[in-house]
Amino acid sequence: MRRTLTSLGTVCGVAVFVFVMLRALPGNQIIAGFGTEAAALTPAQRTALEAYYGLDKPLIVQFFTWIGGVVTGNLGYSASANHSVLELTAHSLPVTLELALISIVIAFLIGVPLGMFSASKPDSIRDATGQVIGLAGLSIPSFLLATALLSWLSSSLGFNPNGAGYATLTENPELNLKQMLLPALVLGFGIAAPIMRTTRTAVLDVRSLDFVRTARAKGVPPRRLQFVHVLGNALLPIITMTGLQFGYLLGGAVVVEQIFSLPGIGRQVLIGIQHKEYAVVQSTVLVIAVLFVIVNLVTDLLYRMIDPRVRAE
Amino acid sequence: MKSSSRHLRSVISTVGLTTTIALTLTACGPSSTSSTTPNAGTSTGSLVVGITTDPDTLFPWKATQFQAVNIAQNLYGTLTEFDRDLNVVPGLAQSWDTSADGKTITFHLRTGATFASGAPFDSAAVKYSLDTINDQATAAVARSSLASVTAITATDAHTVTLTLSAPDAALPANLASINMAILPPGATEQSISTKPDGTGAFTLSDRKPSQSITLAANPTHWSGAPKLTRVEYRIIPDESSIVSAMQSGNVQFAVLNDPLVAKTARSDKISVSKTPQLSYHALQLNASRGVLSDVNVRLAIQCAIDRQQVIDTAALSEGTVTGPITSPAYLSDPKARPCPTRDLTKAADYLAKAGKSAGVTVNTIVSQGEYATSVNEAQNLKAQLADAKITLNLEVLDSDAYVKSWVAADFDAAVALNGGRPDPDGMYGRYFTSTGNLNKVAGYSSPALDALFAQGKSTTDPAVRKDIYTKVSAELENNAAWIWMFTSYSYTATTSGVRGFIPMANGSLQYLWLTTN
Repeated sequence: MRRTLTSLGTVCGVAVFVFVMLRALPGNQIIAGFGTEAAALTPAQRTALEAYYGLDKPLIVQFFTWIGGVVTGNLGYSASANHSVLELTAHSLPVTLELALISIVIAFLIGVPLGMFSASKPDSIRDATGQVIGLAGLSIPSFLLATALLSWLSSSLGFNPNGAGYATLTENPELNLKQMLLPALVLGFGIAAPIMRTTRTAVLDVRSLDFVRTARAKGVPPRRLQFVHVLGNALLPIITMTGLQFGYLLGGAVVVEQIFSLPGIGRQVLIGIQHKEYAVVQSTVLVIAVLFVIVNLVTDLLYRMIDPRVRAE
Repeated sequence: MKSSSRHLRSVISTVGLTTTIALTLTACGPSSTSSTTPNAGTSTGSLVVGITTDPDTLFPWKATQFQAVNIAQNLYGTLTEFDRDLNVVPGLAQSWDTSADGKTITFHLRTGATFASGAPFDSAAVKYSLDTINDQATAAVARSSLASVTAITATDAHTVTLTLSAPDAALPANLASINMAILPPGATEQSISTKPDGTGAFTLSDRKPSQSITLAANPTHWSGAPKLTRVEYRIIPDESSIVSAMQSGNVQFAVLNDPLVAKTARSDKISVSKTPQLSYHALQLNASRGVLSDVNVRLAIQCAIDRQQVIDTAALSEGTVTGPITSPAYLSDPKARPCPTRDLTKAADYLAKAGKSAGVTVNTIVSQGEYATSVNEAQNLKAQLADAKITLNLEVLDSDAYVKSWVAADFDAAVALNGGRPDPDGMYGRYFTSTGNLNKVAGYSSPALDALFAQGKSTTDPAVRKDIYTKVSAELENNAAWIWMFTSYSYTATTSGVRGFIPMANGSLQYLWLTTN
C-alpha cells in the first residue's frame, strides 16, 4: 500500500513538473509553428491562434483540463500529426519497448560474463581487459558510435535496413529485427558497462563470504560454485542495475532513435517539444513515468523470487 | 531565421516573387499565357525523398515550415505559379487582365480542373479561399499579401475580379505562394488537415506520423499526369542518416542544408548539385536601441567585417558576398557599400565620430542549431569586430528562445539567415517601411525609404523599378541598417536513376512532378 502511494506520488510529481517546465520554456505553439513569421501576426490573429491552441486559458485550467482528460483516457491531440496522443503512443511505445528489451538482453549478455571474467582474477590483465571494455562502453557517446556504425555499414557494405522505412514486428519480422539490430547493439554496448561493473563488484563481494569458502571446501565443482553459489547470490544488485537501465531506455534512447529513424516514444517527446505541443509532451512523459514505476515494481518482485531472505521479510 | 533554415526557406517559398515578366503581365492589358510546364504523359516509377522532420501541418494557409510548404506545393494549386526561372506563369488562372489604372485584376480560371475529392474548381472556390485568407480569424500567413485587395467578386463560374485600393505590382506573384492555395468552399483547417483536398499534381495516399507521407499521382491534374506514380517523403531525422540511406539505395532524393554533409555526401552513388539561394545571411542591427541608434556605430561595424572571411571560416567557403537585394533582376552591388572591403581605419574614424573611440558593446542573439553555420558566423564576427574595439556579447539561444526574442525585437543585434524573394518590395517592404508589419524587428525606417518603396510598388516599368531599388539598396547600405554578408546554396542530392528535377532558387520542390526515377 505504501509502495503504491509512493508510486502515485511520483507520477503526480512528474505531471506537475513537466507541466510547469514546459510553460517555463521560451516560445509556444504559435512561435513553433510560425517561426519568425509570428512577428507579422496582427493582435487579432494572435488572439485567434491563442484561442485555437487553448493558450488563452489560465494555467490552472489548462492543467486540470489535461489531467482530467488523462484520467478518462484522453491523453490529448497532436495537431501536427493529426492523431490523438493515445494513438501515437500506441504506435511508438511498442517500438521503444522492443528496442529496450533487445538492448537490455544484449547488455546483460555482454555485461554479466564480462564482469565475472574480470572478477575471476582481480587486478590481473584479464581484469584490466574487462575494465577497459567497460570503460569504453561508458565513454563512447552513443551518437558517435551510432553515426560511425551507420555510415560505415552503408557506404562500405550498403547495409542500412533502417533507411527502408520502419516495419513493425507483425508487418515484416525479418526487416524489423534487422532494424533493431544496430540500435540495440549501440545501446546494449553502452548499458553493458554499468552492468559489468556492478557484476564485478557483486561477485567479488560474494566470493569473500564464508559460505563460498565452505562450499569450495566441501568440493563443489568450480563452475557450479561460480554460477550457482556466487552469481546466484550476486544477482540482486545486478538485477537492480538492469532494471534501472531498462527504465532509462524507455525515455533515454531518443538520440539513437533519431539516428536510426525509429519512431519510438523518445522521438515522440522530442517532436512534441519541437512543435511545442504541450499535450504530446506531458502525456508521453507521464506514460514513461508510469512505465518506470512499473519496471521498479517488477524489479522488487524479482527480488522476492530470487532471494528467499526478501520473501521472509 | 524562424530560427531555422527550414523556416527561412519556407518563408522564401511562401512569399510571392515578382519578375520582369510578372510586372509586364500585371501592367499590360490581357496577360494570357499558356503554362510553360509540358504535359508529362503517363506516370511510372516512384521516388523516396528523405526529409528530416514531419511536416507540422498539411493546411496550406498556415504552412511555414520547409517540409510542410514543399509537401503542400504538391498537394494544392494556386492561381499563379512560378516557372523554373521564377517568372510568374498561369496556374489555376489561365490568364489575367489588369485595368489601365492598375486597380482591377480579372482572373480567367482554368476549366476542367478538379479537387482531389472530385469537386470542380471554379470561381466560388477562389472567392471562398481569398475571402477566408483575408479574414483575421483564419490567422493565415499570407493575409498581408492581400492588403491592397478591397473586394473579391466571382463574376461568373470561371472569372474572378479583384478590386484594389492602389496598383499592386507584386500581387500576381504573391498569389503563387502556396499560402494562397485555393481550397474548396467550406474547407476548414480541421477538414483539410484530416483529408487534404487540393488541385495539386499529387494526392495524399498515406501518412504515418513520424515515419512517412506518401503521395499518389493525380492523373487528372490540369497540366497532365505526373511522371511519378508515387512519392514517399520518408522522415529520417538526421541529414547524415539520410545520406547513409541514399548510399544503401533506400532513399533516392534529398535536399541538404549543411554544406559539410553535402560535401561528404558526394560519391559514385550520389550526385549533389548546388543551387544559389535568394536567402541571405546578415547581422541584423536594431537601430532603435542603445549605441546602434548612432549611424556611425553601425557604419563602424560594417567597415570592420571581412565578409569573405566569414564565408571561408563559417561556411566552408560555400557562399557569395551579397548586398541587400539578392534577386537576380535587382541584384545589389556589394561593392557599392561605404566599406566594400574591411577597413579598420575607417571603422575607427566612424567610432570617433560617434564619440565612442574607446569601443562599444553590442548584445547579439544567435540561434543554436537552426541552421548549420549560425554559431560559427557569430564567433567569426566577434573575433573580427574585436579588432575594431567592438565587443559582441554573444547570447546563443535555442531556436524557440531565439525566435521569441527576434519576434519581440528584444535584441541589439541578431545573426540571421533570412528568406529572400525576387521582388524587392516583397523582400524588404514589410521590414523597412515605417508601416511594415516587420518594421519593429527591422529596427530601421526613414521617410526616404517609405517614398522609394511606395514608388516601387506602384510602378510597373522594370527599368524604373530597377533604378528605384538600387536607391533602396544604397539607402540601406549607407545607413548600415543591417550588415548584409552572404548568400548560400541549397544542395540537391540524388541517386543515379533520378532525372529531370528542377531545383529553384526559392528552395521549392514544386517541379517534383517532372522528375523521373
